[in-house]
Amino acid sequence: MAEMLQAMTALGARSPAVVTIGPLTVTERFDIAFASVAARRGQMARLAKAAKAAKVPLPDPARYQGGTPYCAFWVAPEMWLVEAAFASHELIAAALKDALGDTASITEQTDAWVAFDLAAPDLSPLLERLCNVDFPGVPDGYATRTMLEHLGCYLVRLGPGAVRLYGPRSSAKSLLHALEVAAASAW
Amino acid sequence: MNQSHRIPGGQIDRTKVLRFTLDGVPYWGHPGDTLASALLANGVRLMGRSFKYHRPRGPLSAGSEEPNALVELRSGGRQEPNTRATVAELLDGLEAKSQNRWPSLRFDALAINDRLNAFFAAGFYYKTFMWPKSFWEKLYEPIIRRAAGLGSVSRQEDPDGYDKGFLHCDLLVIGAGPAGLMAALTAGRAGARVIVADEDFAFGGRLNAESFAVAGGAGADWSAGVVAELATLPNVRLMARTTVLGAFDHGIYSAVERVSDHVAVPAVGKPRQVLWRIYSGRAILAGGATERPIAFENNDRPGIMLAGALRAYANRWGVAVGERVAVFVNNDDGLRTASDLQAKGVDVVAVIDSREGGELLPGIRHLRGAEVIDTSGRLGLKAITVRQSDGRTEEIRVDALGVSGGWNPNVNIHSHHRSRPVWDNTISAFVPGADGPPGLLVAGAAAGVMSTHGALRTGRDAALAALESLGRKAAAIDLPEAEDAPVRITPLWHVAHGKGRAWIDQQNDVTVKDIKLAQQENFTSVEHLKRYTTLGMATDQGKTGNVIGLAVMAELTGRTIPETGTTIYRPPYTPVAMGALAGRSRGREFKPYRLTPSHHWAAEQGAVFVEVGNWLRTQWVPRADETEWRQSVDREVLATRRSVGICDVTTLGKIDIQGTDAGAFLDRVYANTFSTLPVGKCRYGLMLREDGIVFDDGTTARMGEHEYVMTTTTANAVTVFRHLEFCRQCLWPDLDVQLISTTEAWAQFSVAGPNARRLLAKIVDQDISDAAFPYMGAGNVTVCGGLRARLFRISFSGELAFEIAVPTRYGDALLREMLARGAEFDPVVYGTEALGVMRIEKGHVAGGELNGQSTALNMGLGKMVSRKKDSIGMVLSQREGLTDPDGYRLVGVKPVDPLGKLTAGSHFLEIGAASVVANDGGWLTSKVYSPHIGSDIALGYLKAGDRKIGSRMRAVNLVGGTDTEIEIVSPHFFDPDGERLRG
Repeated sequence: MAEMLQAMTALGARSPAVVTIGPLTVTERFDIAFASVAARRGQMARLAKAAKAAKVPLPDPARYQGGTPYCAFWVAPEMWLVEAAFASHELIAAALKDALGDTASITEQTDAWVAFDLAAPDLSPLLERLCNVDFPGVPDGYATRTMLEHLGCYLVRLGPGAVRLYGPRSSAKSLLHALEVAAASAW
Repeated sequence: MNQSHRIPGGQIDRTKVLRFTLDGVPYWGHPGDTLASALLANGVRLMGRSFKYHRPRGPLSAGSEEPNALVELRSGGRQEPNTRATVAELLDGLEAKSQNRWPSLRFDALAINDRLNAFFAAGFYYKTFMWPKSFWEKLYEPIIRRAAGLGSVSRQEDPDGYDKGFLHCDLLVIGAGPAGLMAALTAGRAGARVIVADEDFAFGGRLNAESFAVAGGAGADWSAGVVAELATLPNVRLMARTTVLGAFDHGIYSAVERVSDHVAVPAVGKPRQVLWRIYSGRAILAGGATERPIAFENNDRPGIMLAGALRAYANRWGVAVGERVAVFVNNDDGLRTASDLQAKGVDVVAVIDSREGGELLPGIRHLRGAEVIDTSGRLGLKAITVRQSDGRTEEIRVDALGVSGGWNPNVNIHSHHRSRPVWDNTISAFVPGADGPPGLLVAGAAAGVMSTHGALRTGRDAALAALESLGRKAAAIDLPEAEDAPVRITPLWHVAHGKGRAWIDQQNDVTVKDIKLAQQENFTSVEHLKRYTTLGMATDQGKTGNVIGLAVMAELTGRTIPETGTTIYRPPYTPVAMGALAGRSRGREFKPYRLTPSHHWAAEQGAVFVEVGNWLRTQWVPRADETEWRQSVDREVLATRRSVGICDVTTLGKIDIQGTDAGAFLDRVYANTFSTLPVGKCRYGLMLREDGIVFDDGTTARMGEHEYVMTTTTANAVTVFRHLEFCRQCLWPDLDVQLISTTEAWAQFSVAGPNARRLLAKIVDQDISDAAFPYMGAGNVTVCGGLRARLFRISFSGELAFEIAVPTRYGDALLREMLARGAEFDPVVYGTEALGVMRIEKGHVAGGELNGQSTALNMGLGKMVSRKKDSIGMVLSQREGLTDPDGYRLVGVKPVDPLGKLTAGSHFLEIGAASVVANDGGWLTSKVYSPHIGSDIALGYLKAGDRKIGSRMRAVNLVGGTDTEIEIVSPHFFDPDGERLRG
């Protein structure tokens, strides 16, 4: 896209970070394009139809739904955050606008967030030190907004040992530090 | 020291030896010991000095209710004052120091206070130190503060980490005695998610301290078996060393887990303590009961302790506190101490039973209807004086005395929502009332059910009831066989005898006399009694003393105890270290940081950063030859005005506003109009609060028919977004508007100065000439051969200026590219200081002026508040008080003498006017040195300021001692006609 300008990760590097602390692996995801989709007032039915045709999942509240090329999770009434591969969908907002037209307001969010994939045999001991999500008590595919180290984050449970965490991009370093400290405390 | 007082039995591991010191003297004990039990095993009864009278004290209890045996643990940064030796787990190498004594524990100079006790009765400091008044702050208070207090802090930084966390469960069981364990077993077997928390390091509660059987074996063995089963259940979490501190709303409890207090140094990365917030579906308080003493003269000597503690030391820790022991009781439970000690071969010389009909234990001398009236022994108990039922007195030589005045259910947590406990005559104690925290049940001794059988039964039944109310079924477990003795007590609160002092609250040195004095002086309400005498105000919160104090007051006033009532119970249940409350939020990690897209470039240049909220912004970028900050800032300003400067403005809030009603929405939230703004243009907007005061300002651009991008100030980015969401969701849900923050999604740079366009023309792919991209233009462009970007032609410096935004990941590269491609213009990167200088030179309002008490009119922006439409704050901004023609107006200020110094916060005064409030004309809101003007300049709010342009006044700062003659000028110091920015 922009050959002249070299991208920098949220942690200030040229390539995404992979950090291991005990059984935990934190993988920075720099390859996800991200946009919000919010239904225009009274347009939900039309949006649902257009989204279905474009393979944009619009899951129920507190849910994440995978798919190709789009995955999505619910964030507010009639509002979702939609993921796609950055390599193919850097212009995700434009692509969604083409697909969904005037049924929804669409905003690029790719660089508003840092995405960390967390992996460990069981993430409960880590997450109970970081946020008030009842991680062992919620099903796979659960998605929620939560506070983590004073930062508003989105947490998606992909499995008991797999979480995708979206945090504010500018605080990526602080968020990673919190994960490292909590992991050392937990394990 | 040898373990002279160790006897067989107990739950200690005698195969291992732990060495420790008290005041440097070496002792030893075993795993399973507390510091108190180990010291007692070594024959040490004296462990502390009392708060006010510096009386020698030993442990009164064997638990967290301890008022006396308070020590400093560890040293250096790990030193912890006021730690209860009765719950401090013994570890090898433990260093303990006694406190509140000088020069030594055995000889304490301030024990003179004890001799002078007549001067230190309750309220003495309210009556003393009253004259002369001026002596209080400088003399009296410092002296009192130096004398008061117990332990000391080292003032070194605690090297250990503390953590916080969140737990969830169906059932929280508070306390792991027989009731708690039975509740946990019932719920655990039923598959419920259970958390069992106990402050002790060993589960079992009183079962560890008693000798009677449960299920045909030792109580401790039964509890160990239950704990072993619970440990196998994946749905049960056992939390030892965890004190539940308080009950909060919606089934939330706080608890502190002492993760590393029982090891010398926490393992790498491990916290010393964790503060947990526990979200429970239901909770069961099974916190047991606390024994209370009986007040009699000199009842505070080392060696005198609660009868239950005396037998706990013998049964659990294998310690005989004394060689010749007596027991003073008003109830049957205390008699267990005599029989247990006797069974262990300790010489029980007498049972003094205040009742006439108490049970007689074989082989022990019983004095029925008798009372202990005095004791002797300066540093430890040597003898007691007993008044027998016929009035004769007898001195009995003993070195330990167990006292039992009955047991108080631990109602604290049940009362944290202000539930008042109710009086139960059958056990002569307060029991939980009816209106405790929703979802909290009470079982066992905490509920006033004092037998082991009763505890097991009520624990099980509480769990069944809790689960049923959650819609879950559980099987009723068969109860193990256990004692079910009734409570037989004849209340005796204090022994009436003589004029000596009988202690009630041992930690705060409150005696029966003090209660009497309070009553005489009409402080008879419990809340007044508490504050006048300090009863129950120490770190033990009066766990052993409060009820006796209330009972004495009841007696004195002729009221019943329930009529007298209790004070309010508040969290925390036991003291909490400040570190645990702070958790990970300390020092550099106090809060998360936000880094700007240019942060890494700026750090490479050695930039100085300033905290703006959580952001770290570049304040200025010094060059090697610059030794003083002003040199850097002046250079950045002059270079920008001469050629071109670049500033990272990513921190300004950006809100994406879309929807078919986006324009109408903006018309309502902004004082000026946005629905008429053409696509491709931006406009400065002023947002008011409902009360007409300016809330925030910024520029909003119309990027499409139904798409706007709002910018806010850095400080208000979050509050403005929250405000807009409130307006959208609550005020006007009928509008078609969608909002999302994009602050972090775009890296945005201001490019300002005469060469701004020439520099950007090398970056932006499209034509940005004045004709193609005029002043206040906005639009989507591409940069560097196709990267999507946004361009706004706006200026807060007075210069020709643009703001250019790219997706944040490209921000660093864009900055480097602008500097490289624009090298011929010698561009400068400027920080917030230069930004501030230029905006003040141009007369733009910012933080100092947007101060939450100023209107658009005050700022000289009154015409921006449109009367043609309604908007938030419009009506109230027209209030008479806010439209006063003589009210504050924004003005510029220059010193008459260019070398004159201005200070923000200085007040306007007429020349010759006295520096008094009545003559105050307003104040200087912002001040900088302007390299363009060549002097200090300032903005300020001056009464009728718009009519005073050109006049001379004074800027007076009485705090700083400055008084400068000034000229009132237009706030637009620089390019007042705006020719440069339109160029």
